[in-house]
Amino acid sequence: MADFVIRNVKFAGLASAVPKAVEQNVELQQFDREEIEKLVKLTGIERRRLSGNELTTSDLCFSAAEAVIAKLNWKKEEIGALVFVTQTPDYILPATSNILQHRLGLGSGCLALDISSGCSGYINGIITLGQLLQGGNIKKGLLLVGDTISKICNPLDKSTYPLFGDAGTATAFEFDEGAPDILANMFSDGAGYDAIIIEDGGYRSPFNEKSLEQCVIDPGIERTRKDLVLNGMDVFTFGITRAPECVTQLLHSFKLEKDQIDYFVFHQANKFMNDTIRKKLALKPEQVPSTLANYGNTSSASIPLTITETLQQAIQERELNTVLCGFGVGLSWGAVYMQIAHAEIADLTEV
Amino acid sequence: MNTSIDAFVENFASQFDETPMDQFQASTAFRELEEWSSMTALVIIAMVDEIYKVKLTGNEIKDSTTIEDLYQVVIAKVNG
Repeated sequence: MADFVIRNVKFAGLASAVPKAVEQNVELQQFDREEIEKLVKLTGIERRRLSGNELTTSDLCFSAAEAVIAKLNWKKEEIGALVFVTQTPDYILPATSNILQHRLGLGSGCLALDISSGCSGYINGIITLGQLLQGGNIKKGLLLVGDTISKICNPLDKSTYPLFGDAGTATAFEFDEGAPDILANMFSDGAGYDAIIIEDGGYRSPFNEKSLEQCVIDPGIERTRKDLVLNGMDVFTFGITRAPECVTQLLHSFKLEKDQIDYFVFHQANKFMNDTIRKKLALKPEQVPSTLANYGNTSSASIPLTITETLQQAIQERELNTVLCGFGVGLSWGAVYMQIAHAEIADLTEV
Repeated sequence: MNTSIDAFVENFASQFDETPMDQFQASTAFRELEEWSSMTALVIIAMVDEIYKVKLTGNEIKDSTTIEDLYQVVIAKVNG
């Protein structure tokens, strides 16, 4: 098991950006009205932000990065690492982190790295950037995390389309001797690689003449092989097992008590799954903030977006002990314990 | 934990809001119930996880026709 202790690295600030366009789930005409109402009740997802054709994940992360840099008054030439976590990059190649380095006006000495990760991506990103910073060679780094999953959901697939919204975030970390340790764990199980997958368009199964054929999978589930597949039942079983498990292991490994933690911020999958996870860990509802109603599942962005939306004021007022937990595509999952003190949380940006 | 078939049928039935209790028997083909949906499947997975402490996969639910079929899967895991 991989446990990580990241020393001398401070969570300095955070900004989140969402598209302006809002779609209300109960107004979706392509699905049965009664069924969509049931879905909203079970998932807690009332509305989502959609990027449309013009806006990409990197556009959202760019806006968030500019917001957090301005909030912190950072000089761009001081930023020595940019880690971009997404499954919806601008191109298959080059890496979008290089494009963002240039677009943000960061120096050519900035290490730029793309990570392909979804719902556990914020945890992956914190561990990766934290390891880069803790040596002290790089003083400041940006973790840009987001996805525009609405672009890869078939609008006629009720098992994906009503669940996912779009968002991009930017978290600023800096080398700070004496900063409280960031503690983390991370896990992977590729046996479940096809539980959340886009079948065609990579190099195992390249885009071909059949990739755009619309197939009826089940009533209310139509898609092509270029669209996202989500095996809801297996992902549910995975989530309610692995998320509580890795949080419990994190607390146990580092001798932390549940009542020391002010907030547990989970990846926002859906209300029923998140409530089940919360109950298995015997956490109080007020310890577990949620943004599902307004934004749905925003993939890797859901944890930082939830911090922006629900903890901005608390972070201004006092030091918070947080546990963050991500779980999803890969399959992969992990948790982070982090003290957040004197951090700058920018107001939500709409793009 | 009561591992009888009657207890399982009762636990299964109590996950439904609209279907009357008397419609649930061991032999009930649960996917033919009007209230059944892919979302109900999640509720059943959560119930089995909470009460029987075992994990059901999507295929195990898809391959089961009656409540008793599902019970047999669960009991095999409980005893395994």
